[in-house]
Amino acid sequence: MGETITTLNTLELLAIPALPLIAALAAGLFGWALKETLTHWITCLAVIAAAALSIDIFVQVLDGASFYGNFWTWMLSDGFIVPIGMMIDPLTAIMMITVTIVSACVHIYTIGYMHGDPGYSRFFSYISAFTFSMLVLVMGNNFFTLFFGWEAVGLFSYLLIGFWFKREPANYAALKAFIVNRVGDFGFLIGVLATWYYFGTVDYHQVFAAVSSFVLEGHTLNFLGWEMDAITFICLALFIGAMGKSGQVPLHVWLPDSMEGPTPISALIHAATMVTAGVFMVARLSPMFEFSETALAAVTLVGALTAWMCATIGLVQNDIKRVIAYSTCSQLGYMFVACGVSAYSAGIFHLMTHAYFKSLLFLAAGSVIHAVLAEQDIRKMGQLRKYMPITYVTMLIAALALSGIPPFAGFWSKDLIIEAAMVRDMGWVSDVAYYALLSGVVMTAFYTFRMFFLTFHNTDRVPAETKAHVHESPKVITVPLMILAIGAFGSGMWGVYALDITNPEVINGFFGNALFVMDAHNPLMELEHEPHHAFYLSMPFWMAIGGIGLAFVFYFKESAMPAKLASTFSGVHAFLLNKWYWDELYEKIFLRPAQCLGTFFWQKADLAIIDKGMIHGGIVDSVLAGAAKLRRMQTGMVYHYAYGMVIGVFGLLTWLMLKA
Amino acid sequence: MESLQNVLGFPILSLSIFLPTAGALLIWLFLKNDNAVRWAALIVSVATFIVTIPLATSFDSTTAHMQFEEMHQWIPMFNVHYQLGVDGISMPFVILTSLLTIICIVSAWRCIQNRVKEYMLAFLILETTLIGVFCALDAILFYFFWEAMLIPMFLIIGVWGGQNRVYATLKFFLYTLGGSVLMLIAVIAMYFKTGGSFSILAYMDYPFDFQWQFWAFLAFFVAFAVKVPMWPVHTWLPDAHTEAPTAGSVILAGILLKMGAYGFLRFSLPMLPDASQYFVPLMVGLSLIAIVYISLVAMMQTDLKRLIAYSSIAHMGFVTLGTFMFTGIAMEGAIFGMISHGFVAAALFLCVGVLYDRMHTREISAYGGVANVMPVFAVVMMFFAMANVALPGASSFVAEVMVLLGTFNPSPEAMLYMPISMKWVAMMAAISVILSACYTLWMVKRVLMGNLEKEEVKGLSDMTMREFGLFAPLIILVVWLGFYPLPVLDMLHASATHLVDQATSSKLADAALIAQGAAAHVTGH
Repeated sequence: MGETITTLNTLELLAIPALPLIAALAAGLFGWALKETLTHWITCLAVIAAAALSIDIFVQVLDGASFYGNFWTWMLSDGFIVPIGMMIDPLTAIMMITVTIVSACVHIYTIGYMHGDPGYSRFFSYISAFTFSMLVLVMGNNFFTLFFGWEAVGLFSYLLIGFWFKREPANYAALKAFIVNRVGDFGFLIGVLATWYYFGTVDYHQVFAAVSSFVLEGHTLNFLGWEMDAITFICLALFIGAMGKSGQVPLHVWLPDSMEGPTPISALIHAATMVTAGVFMVARLSPMFEFSETALAAVTLVGALTAWMCATIGLVQNDIKRVIAYSTCSQLGYMFVACGVSAYSAGIFHLMTHAYFKSLLFLAAGSVIHAVLAEQDIRKMGQLRKYMPITYVTMLIAALALSGIPPFAGFWSKDLIIEAAMVRDMGWVSDVAYYALLSGVVMTAFYTFRMFFLTFHNTDRVPAETKAHVHESPKVITVPLMILAIGAFGSGMWGVYALDITNPEVINGFFGNALFVMDAHNPLMELEHEPHHAFYLSMPFWMAIGGIGLAFVFYFKESAMPAKLASTFSGVHAFLLNKWYWDELYEKIFLRPAQCLGTFFWQKADLAIIDKGMIHGGIVDSVLAGAAKLRRMQTGMVYHYAYGMVIGVFGLLTWLMLKA
Repeated sequence: MESLQNVLGFPILSLSIFLPTAGALLIWLFLKNDNAVRWAALIVSVATFIVTIPLATSFDSTTAHMQFEEMHQWIPMFNVHYQLGVDGISMPFVILTSLLTIICIVSAWRCIQNRVKEYMLAFLILETTLIGVFCALDAILFYFFWEAMLIPMFLIIGVWGGQNRVYATLKFFLYTLGGSVLMLIAVIAMYFKTGGSFSILAYMDYPFDFQWQFWAFLAFFVAFAVKVPMWPVHTWLPDAHTEAPTAGSVILAGILLKMGAYGFLRFSLPMLPDASQYFVPLMVGLSLIAIVYISLVAMMQTDLKRLIAYSSIAHMGFVTLGTFMFTGIAMEGAIFGMISHGFVAAALFLCVGVLYDRMHTREISAYGGVANVMPVFAVVMMFFAMANVALPGASSFVAEVMVLLGTFNPSPEAMLYMPISMKWVAMMAAISVILSACYTLWMVKRVLMGNLEKEEVKGLSDMTMREFGLFAPLIILVVWLGFYPLPVLDMLHASATHLVDQATSSKLADAALIAQGAAAHVTGH
């Protein structure tokens, strides 16, 4: 076990995950006694305190402080030790503030959003426990703490998607989310097993220190006839886990469905924090991924494909939350491309800015949904800006940030990723990624503003009976929106100018040695050497303008255009509207066959062959037939078989004794 | 043979074994009133539990030797001894048995209304036989308890069971009896081979030759495989579970299923190491079938108890897999898995019992939306469902991870006859991560979730304090062992390591030497 190295206060660090946990337990176990007010006070204060402490830690980490140490031995056996410990470095610190700040905003927002719900304290308990789990995930110092947090966030995601358990779609969505995530976890677990097998430890520091010599030793593994490096195998297996958690193709199918859950958790879990865990994991494990060109290429390709494909689906969706959900998948794809092209800091930067603007988009959407009486179809909205000015303005900020318009947050991080994909040379892989991301920008800007215009501008399509109810949300909802709007507006500039987050140097850069990049891979270093150009020279910027312009034309000027296009290209439109038919495909190739196989094994193998065929046909029936002949001697049933057997045994015993 | 040692100075094992029967005798003789019987049975079971506690507190976890030993002549003519003792492998199961028996007795408090006295007596006598199996160090004594436990279990299913109980109980009885006859034959053969000993410890040291080990392994295999149960002799278990009363299922899943795996640990591995190594591919194959095939079958079940029964078989697949990897991690994981499964499966059957007592049906389709009317119950059932899925933080996760780690990196002896790398086996086994989630959570969805639509479900009342009291200790244990498995792993460690040593050191060299020596002896004369 590594020694504790610290310049941070251990108690303060422990308090950060402990506070939400205690609050969750209090709300969960005693919610019935605490009533609404006390429940939300306890949980909100705990999370706000955790956020304040995280900011304090962040400030100290900026000054070079760090922590590394173990608190507890979880499992122990021959040469196998799993401690529970923490590792605090710039990567952890930035994740901590992102998680706790968004979580605090969502907690406050929830007071207004969930008011009067019968599961009020249960909801607060879950989101506080989720915050705890997410903090464990990012603060852990070994693969098992990561896995613990990983599974725990998955559990609370499942519980929260199915929060309204009376609704059948919510229950299906929760089940789907959990099972698809378990497919990813299967890969993750194998990656952890392989890590332990090859490195003999699951501690980050020890593994990272051993990677380079391990690669030099040239361990290989034969996977279904394909000879691959052991490190590639490990990274690919772990990446399957990341794909599951972060909604990457082909494991993305659960994320849009997770929108069945209450909106605050869509913002917290399915946009800002949990779904970014995969990106965090790849960045955290950059010292491993960097040594496998194959794994990096896989990360890049999967990210690029997801970024592009989910953007195309987002173009035609009509559910306000689903548009944003597909956008989340797509933006996560951008982050993975960043990691794949070794621009990890750009990926984490985008993760942070995205957390603010995407949670803002969701919460603003929630505010809208709240106002129009739980309607989520953007075709039944319109002109809402008149009624909800604060929601309108904050959503505009988020939409501009998502589209990548300077000086809003998304511009800085997204632009950097696209440029990194451009300069990094990985053969055709990086070219594909570059063009996928670039075309993704147009689509992102288009679907974002399509959703925005249809909701707040265009014609007023709100049903008359709803209209009487439409009003701006209460302060408890709008204040979190405004706080997040600050992040959505300024976090990009803050990252670039205050933190110097994109500085690729190990010594002076923000991330220091928390992220590892091989010199040969470093696209940010190359960008650093190029002269900085003004934003109006940046290709993604014009792409974004183009996308917004297109949306403007479609939904302001030529309102007949979208319908005309949809009917002209009805095949494409249906293909996109049905999300590329992934669900139908999975039903055909996984769900049905598994059910058929299960039924076959049960009815045919177990019941027909084993029970009826072998046992009844063979053994039992011949016993019964024999017994029928001896019926005169028999009065009962089982005792007699037993009796017969005892006699047989004695006979055998005699035989053996005589033989001896 | 190790020296007799009992640090306590009183025969604690005999006391643990016979206290329940003595109590049962007194109840039978002196009590008439049903309520008095219930209380008396509870007192006896609690007293037994208290008696077994010193086993853990006075246990010396630094040694693999048998502890708290007792030894008396029993049948001098055949050199049969009344020999008892526990090591780190058997001791946890003694305590598990005494704990689960309390839970069984309390769970039957209200739902058993006819023949209460006989029911309680059956459970107390069952406890005697179960603890006896784990303590016996003489093969005949072991066999005695092994067979004796069938009788109370047979009665429990046959008398207090469901509609199809006669078929189920007959199937259960014939399967297990048929299997154990082969074990008896093997034991008797060993008696003659070793020159007249029934001592289990002596068998462990005797250098059986390979041919001999081969056949003895197969004989034991049949007996133990039926009990585990392993495919294809598993079909008695879903039937027995569905028809058994709740407490019967609890003890069946919690303890009886562990007998088979315990037999492998106590007999096959240490006595027949070379045959055990030879049969690794068979055991691995059957374990994987249990994990994959049985999980798929579990998914399609329409009966709650049958689903959990199949899920038990799947989890036992992990136990048998870990047993035959011959590494400390996998071995400890397998034993830990047996303990953990004792809590989780028992609790899930209790959950079904809670529902069954109210609705009198086990059909999943009869439920739906139970969480609306039974919120506390829903939380409890969800908790154990997640433990069944082996989420980290539950004891089952520790077991599963340790078995998988051990399978990923097995001892060379386990690889001697394996045609494929064990890494692929570990990956196949890890599919359980997906499948267990499928069958468990789909069941949870169909039972707990959804709107209240069925009239019968609308009228359900939430758990009583007594019912919650059944689950509380199990919840604590699952979480405690999930985060702090070290005390138990520590107890297992020395014995598991010793067992791994036994299983990985070939007896053939010794046998060859002895044969050589004998030959030299003959030629010398």
